[in-house]
Amino acid sequence: MIALQKRPTPSRALSLATPLIAVLITMIAGGLLFAVLGENPFEAIRTIFWDPVFGEFAFYYRPQLLVKAAPLILIAIGLSLGFKAGIWNIGAEGQYIMGAIVGAGVGLAFYPTESRLVLPLMILAGAFGGWVWAMIPAFLKVRFGTNEILVSLMLVYVAEQFLASMSLGLLRNPEGMGFPGSRNFSDYPAANSWINEAAGLHWGMAFAFIAVIFAYVLLNRHILGFNIRLTGDSPHAARFAGVNPTRLILFCLGTSGALAGMAGLFEVSGPSGQINIDFASGYGFTAIIVAFLGRLHPVGILLAALLMALTYVGGDLAQGNLGLPSAAIQVFQGMLLFFLLALDLLTNYRVVLKKRGAA
Amino acid sequence: MPESNQRRHIRGTQGDHMTTPLLSIKGLTKAYPGVVANDDVSFDIGPSEVHALLGENGAGKSTLVKMIYGLVKPDSGQMLWQGTPFTPSDPKTARASGVAMVFQHFSLFDALKVSENVALGMENPPPMRDLARQIRRVSETYGLPLDPNRTVGDLSAGERQRVEIIRCLLQDPKLLIMDEPTSVLTPQEVEILFKTLNKLRDEGTSILYISHKLEEIRKLCDHATILRLGKNVGECIPAETSARDMAEMMVGDTLQTPTRTTEQTGDVVLDVSGLTLEPTNPFGTTLKNVHFTVRAGEILGIGGVAGNGQDELLAALSGESLTWPDAVKVKGQDVANLGPNARRERGILCAPEERLGHAAAPDMSLTENALLTGSIREGLTNRGFVNWTAANDFAKSIIERFDVRTPGTHVAARALSGGNLQKFVIGREVLQRPEVLVVNQPTWGVDAAAAAAIRQSLLDLAAEGAAIVVISQDLDELMEISDRFGALNEGRLSDIRPAAGLTVDEIGLMMGGAHGMEVASVGDQEQEGASA
Repeated sequence: MIALQKRPTPSRALSLATPLIAVLITMIAGGLLFAVLGENPFEAIRTIFWDPVFGEFAFYYRPQLLVKAAPLILIAIGLSLGFKAGIWNIGAEGQYIMGAIVGAGVGLAFYPTESRLVLPLMILAGAFGGWVWAMIPAFLKVRFGTNEILVSLMLVYVAEQFLASMSLGLLRNPEGMGFPGSRNFSDYPAANSWINEAAGLHWGMAFAFIAVIFAYVLLNRHILGFNIRLTGDSPHAARFAGVNPTRLILFCLGTSGALAGMAGLFEVSGPSGQINIDFASGYGFTAIIVAFLGRLHPVGILLAALLMALTYVGGDLAQGNLGLPSAAIQVFQGMLLFFLLALDLLTNYRVVLKKRGAA
Repeated sequence: MPESNQRRHIRGTQGDHMTTPLLSIKGLTKAYPGVVANDDVSFDIGPSEVHALLGENGAGKSTLVKMIYGLVKPDSGQMLWQGTPFTPSDPKTARASGVAMVFQHFSLFDALKVSENVALGMENPPPMRDLARQIRRVSETYGLPLDPNRTVGDLSAGERQRVEIIRCLLQDPKLLIMDEPTSVLTPQEVEILFKTLNKLRDEGTSILYISHKLEEIRKLCDHATILRLGKNVGECIPAETSARDMAEMMVGDTLQTPTRTTEQTGDVVLDVSGLTLEPTNPFGTTLKNVHFTVRAGEILGIGGVAGNGQDELLAALSGESLTWPDAVKVKGQDVANLGPNARRERGILCAPEERLGHAAAPDMSLTENALLTGSIREGLTNRGFVNWTAANDFAKSIIERFDVRTPGTHVAARALSGGNLQKFVIGREVLQRPEVLVVNQPTWGVDAAAAAAIRQSLLDLAAEGAAIVVISQDLDELMEISDRFGALNEGRLSDIRPAAGLTVDEIGLMMGGAHGMEVASVGDQEQEGASA
């Protein structure tokens, strides 16, 4: 009989190794999936994981990796702070959308003013939009004790409706012949977030790096980061240590909302270019996987986001070259989180074989 | 030394009135990963015998009775029940053979009536009306007054225990196992319980009585088996053995009695007045108009049965719960609306009862746990940035000064044994030179040597001029170290009286006596006892 036995102390080596093992198992299971779909599994895996970085057309795909990774890093860093404290913001997607709308709205209000101040203002407005959207579940939680998981998640759907209404109404391009969608920021240099489009660099990547460093210092050197970790480990002990749970909830949800909002703003003013009905891309949800895959550690998140970006880019490639269905890549990402969580069990428990009857 | 006692009282002494033991335990061994809970334990329980199982926390008492009750299977060894092999596969089979057990932590449903709770624990409960009649009969016969129609949520801890005992007695057990039954009782309630147990014994029921309270065992038990680190280290007849000898067998070492150096006290440092506080959780106790003062250099002991407001009082003093203005004053300054860290700044430090998960964060290192309360007074942060070197040094000094056995400061708190972690938690507060120190259950679940060290450190701290409040359910401990004594009962604090000269009866009355209703039946019992 197989039984799980709690380890006296969690295995640190295993804790670091689980993301890698999870990736490997995902490749194997994914390969099986592709084989069932009638594709050569080795070719499919190579197309997804190898070609974008080292293949013939890597010069084109590598910048794409950065473009995809930047919002994932920004959002996941914010989420990881809350996750560490046991505050579960599942609605980063909604905050991402609201950040994009508010930030883009500010930018479009200044159109066509050419000033160095437009982009910084938009960034602030984007962060503010995400922050406000995250403050709704935060306020409801501290005031009425509602569950932030449900509220933040449901607000995603509200945000999506709001996005549709904005693209068709208030923010619609007046010169767009009635097509939905706002003016394109690629036609508005002062409000454009690209640093170097060819290299895939926009200000989002710069801010992502800053966020990684900020989170690292916060968690390892600052009492606030200590309080976040303490609350996650033992809320009761945190109270005893003088941590104010209300302030911590507001801080964690607020920060993750602001970062998600910024990510949305960088996306809309760069790679996406405009507010449109199909702007929402699921980064807010994928970032949850990224946060856990990176062990809620800032550097881990950086690496995990690059890996996740790889599955996006490689997935597109596989879709185009091999004709894999687009859902296959989502299944792929889902499997990754699934295997990771399953393997996490092994860091806290060990599997033992027991003789029958000895239980 | 223990050796001589062991030899003197080994077995045999019980031989004349018994032929076959009721339960004979031979070489029981049970190992868990990393620890041998029971190592080749053998002893006999005779018919009509109150047999004590004595040992410190972690000595293996619980594992042993769980094997008898069928909850745990032994790795090796065997048990004989009236001479035939006894291998209960689950509690049901054990109950069918005649084993009943009253657990330390009750398994009752607050929202249900007494009779319903009793029915839930029975294999074939009779119809409710018959059951109520049976409960009345048993409760009258054994001096355990209990109304079958009352809701369990309204009962005191002593009355809840009675529900458990009656549930067992309805099954006519041959062996009744009681796990630390007196930890939830006032001295008066203990008296009543002992009368019940004596009556049961006289009627032919054997009782396996688990405890670490030596005076109780001396009073009640016919034989005692002493466990230390999972091994049977000796047996004795408690009535003929001094408590000190038993304690030394239990600990395996000579005990140091804490000593006080000075007796003088100074000005009032902590002043609590009119402290009324609703509990934060729905099962908590409301503090009602609590008053007391503590002077510099003084130890105030606060006794009381668990769940009478101890946790709430600590929270009100630590700042985890805020109270009305002027309810808590330190050196004349109102701190009632200040949080934990602001209170620490003013010199009031606390050590809660629950070590893991309240006083310390289980998965964090000792360095991080040192920072947990030390950041303000030890200056471990600078504009919010943590000075980890200083925090580590602070953790190291706690470990050194308080003899915490650990490989280093990087170890997670949960990896420490209870005693070591408690020394760390108390040491962390003591080393911060508190003006007021409030500790709840400072030696709960701690081995005797560590407990003595902790009490000594509290006495030393008082001698240096700190005001100390010790909340505890261990009356012996409170009598040993307190200058003055008060008791919590249903959220009210009794009048505070000098500890010296208090009798057990007086203390019991301060703790709420026998909680009202059974005074009459004590009389009945005494008459019965006298005639028997």
